[in-house]
Amino acid sequence: MSKLLSVEHLSKHFLLSGGWFGPERRLDALTDINLSVEAGETLAIVGESGCGKTTLGRCIIAAQSTSEGRVVYHPTSGGDVELTALSKREIKPWRQDIRMIFQDPMSSLNPNMRVFDIVAEPLRIHRICKGRELEERVISTLEKVGIPAEAVGRYPHAFSGGQRQRIGIARALVLDPRLVIADEAVSALDVSIQAQVLNLLEDLKDEFGLTYIFISHDLGVVNYIADRVVVMYLGHVVENAPTEMLFEQPRHPYTELLLEALPIADPLRRKGRKKEVRGEIPYLGNRPAGCPFHTRCKYAEDVCRKDKPALRPINGTAQEAACHFAEKLELKGAYEDAPIGHGVEASLDASRRPHVHQSGGDGSTAEFARNLPE
Amino acid sequence: MAENPILTIKDMSVSFSSPDEADIEAVRQVDLTLTPGKTLALVGESGCGKSVTARAVLRLLDNNAEIRRGSIRFEPEGQAPTDIARLKPDSLPLRAIRGNQIAMIFQEPMSSLSPVHTIGDQIDEMMIIHEGLKPKAARERTVALLDQVGIPGARERADAYPFQLSGGLRQRAMIAMALACTPQILIADEPTTALDVTTQAQILDLLRQLQADFGMAMLFITHDLGVVAEIADEVAVMYLGDVVEQGSVYDVFARPSHPYTQALMNSIPKLARKADRVRLSPIKGTVPAPKDRPEGCAFTSRCPYAFEPCPTIRPAQTDVGNGHHARCHLLTRVPVEEPA
Ligand SMILES: Nc1ncnc2c1ncn2[C@@H]1O[C@H](COP(=O)(O)OP(=O)(O)OP(=O)(O)O)[C@@H](O)[C@H]1O
Ligand SMILES: Nc1ncnc2c1ncn2[C@@H]1O[C@H](COP(=O)(O)OP(=O)(O)OP(=O)(O)O)[C@@H](O)[C@H]1O
Ligand code: SF4
Ligand code: SF4
Ligand SMILES: [Mg+2]
Ligand SMILES: [Mg+2]
Repeated sequence: MSKLLSVEHLSKHFLLSGGWFGPERRLDALTDINLSVEAGETLAIVGESGCGKTTLGRCIIAAQSTSEGRVVYHPTSGGDVELTALSKREIKPWRQDIRMIFQDPMSSLNPNMRVFDIVAEPLRIHRICKGRELEERVISTLEKVGIPAEAVGRYPHAFSGGQRQRIGIARALVLDPRLVIADEAVSALDVSIQAQVLNLLEDLKDEFGLTYIFISHDLGVVNYIADRVVVMYLGHVVENAPTEMLFEQPRHPYTELLLEALPIADPLRRKGRKKEVRGEIPYLGNRPAGCPFHTRCKYAEDVCRKDKPALRPINGTAQEAACHFAEKLELKGAYEDAPIGHGVEASLDASRRPHVHQSGGDGSTAEFARNLPE
Repeated sequence: MAENPILTIKDMSVSFSSPDEADIEAVRQVDLTLTPGKTLALVGESGCGKSVTARAVLRLLDNNAEIRRGSIRFEPEGQAPTDIARLKPDSLPLRAIRGNQIAMIFQEPMSSLSPVHTIGDQIDEMMIIHEGLKPKAARERTVALLDQVGIPGARERADAYPFQLSGGLRQRAMIAMALACTPQILIADEPTTALDVTTQAQILDLLRQLQADFGMAMLFITHDLGVVAEIADEVAVMYLGDVVEQGSVYDVFARPSHPYTQALMNSIPKLARKADRVRLSPIKGTVPAPKDRPEGCAFTSRCPYAFEPCPTIRPAQTDVGNGHHARCHLLTRVPVEEPA
């Protein structure tokens, strides 16, 4: 695989006015972010609300100025394009290659435009094509995402949430991009529709050879769709690892905390009362010195309050973490190895013990109904 | 069931009328039971009628809504039973129940906390109105309560306005307010949906702990099957106004008997390694509008097994064992002979 995009020492801060009398405050939304995206992979970015996921996405597509550092695009045609150094005019052609699907399908689609024009707009802005060619391209893109040609004259409000998200996807894909940044693209959808859109994203990826940056707070979905996961905390990358390694054994205590909090749709794996107090995420404006996570970390020691750990490969593997004790800690992963119902029951407290009734295969129609086809 | 139910909803339907459209039956002949110390989770996709069901229990529905049939029997220990469906929404007996014996945490926290009063004042007021406490005594209890729901620095935080609190703390303040009068039933409408997973885990812990301490019955509304698996004793699955399946959480997850429940479970990614990864099998199509719901089974238009009776005849509630029910014609169809 080859590198498609690199983010180098990227920082972004916002200056907030302190009101009438207060001093201006500085909010560090992103601090020294380093990561790269390989062509063809799905890279997930996860973390709690406010950790800087959307800001990072916006910095990459240059919808947001950066404070420090660079974003470099490596087009298939060769060469390096430093997106952060380009003027608005210079960056325009590269905007076709890197597209973003936004968090909220409702507010990102212009309610006064017909679906056809919403999807055609990027083609017109970039003067890619017009007339019949444009029409064909718009309609075929909409059909790929499952919006029938008859519906192109309608306005966004006449579509369901899932359909609106598809329209947003079509708008991103119509320019034939290389890299698509999907910001919580399925988060607002009902599970049955979410599953449709996830399958669609996978199919489109195969068909067009796309690369995804998949921003999400849902670790279950991330485990399903991503090849690699970047975990962010308070504007820092704290872990960056291949998906399976990260879920098997995280190397950063914050990742462990996220995995532990993830509810699993199986009452036999119910986690029960968690003993640790996790505390609140600190306000970005007064970020602690040392390790950004030390105020909530149950493994914190003195050094954590003084020295900031750097992101580094752990034991020479592809798994990177920013924790002083990453090699030593035995952190808990999320996969369940014990077969369900075996040995798990013993750990459930008596009042919540299951009383699953057993009546093995009875060959009834109902039994048949239990085995849904693909 | 060892304990007697405290709330029994039987055959309840809720309809909305509008001047220029046909009436919408948003909730259709629903049966639900709440038991002290137990949690019933109501799960289903957006618009299936979860919030309407919850609001009906407190008679907090909009003016154009009507409970057209059925009963909501509230029978706290040592008190004569009341049919809430028959009370006037603004009557005294209902106001004595609402907020006091049955409390609710709403889906939108900001809509139920007043932005212009401190959280302490809002909780004090509940105790002053319902229990006739003096302001000073009320404040003492408020601080104890804020402390119990895990708000650090409770005494100072009582003087905070809702906008000064993070989402997680605001949700805790809401829970404290709901618990102000030690209710026997707590209705929680998506109390964690807007929160981060870490905060969600804390709130679920908190609700479990409070339930253990107070022994209240809980109706927990969510669209997240993971959350159901974490918190519920019993689960009821709704689709387009119908409760299509209900039973103990272990039974329903182990043997989902309604095609919709099965499909829902196949729509969420399993937490598995790449080698064990299965492609999701989503439900085809989308939920029809309530006005397009067939007379028969609500799931007909999307069900892979739909057959002759489905669009026109409403399936009966069928017991599949151990108090686990589902509404599907497949469950009553005479088994077809299968080759040995
Ligand atoms: N234009 C802006 N001006 C000031 N602060 C901002 C601006 N945009 C973002 N921020 C702040 O930067 C931080 C990161 O925000 P961002 O939207 O990137 O978070 P996120 O990880 O996407 O969160 P969510 O999961 O809630 O979408 C937040 O504290 C946010 O308030
Ligand atoms: N005031 C009203 N007038 C007309 N229809 C209404 C009204 N309130 C709710 N409905 C309808 O009742 C149905 C059920 O709504 P409800 O709010 O209970 O859904 P829900 O299951 O809580 O969904 P969500 O998960 O999105 O909160 C919907 O079809 C909705 O459009
Ligand atoms: S460096 Fe210290 S505080 Fe930070 S995550 Fe590691 S153990 Fe915790
Ligand atoms: S009654 Fe018919 S349509 Fe409804 S779930 Fe059963 S098989 Fe499907
Ligand atoms: Mg965001
Ligand atoms: Mg609702």
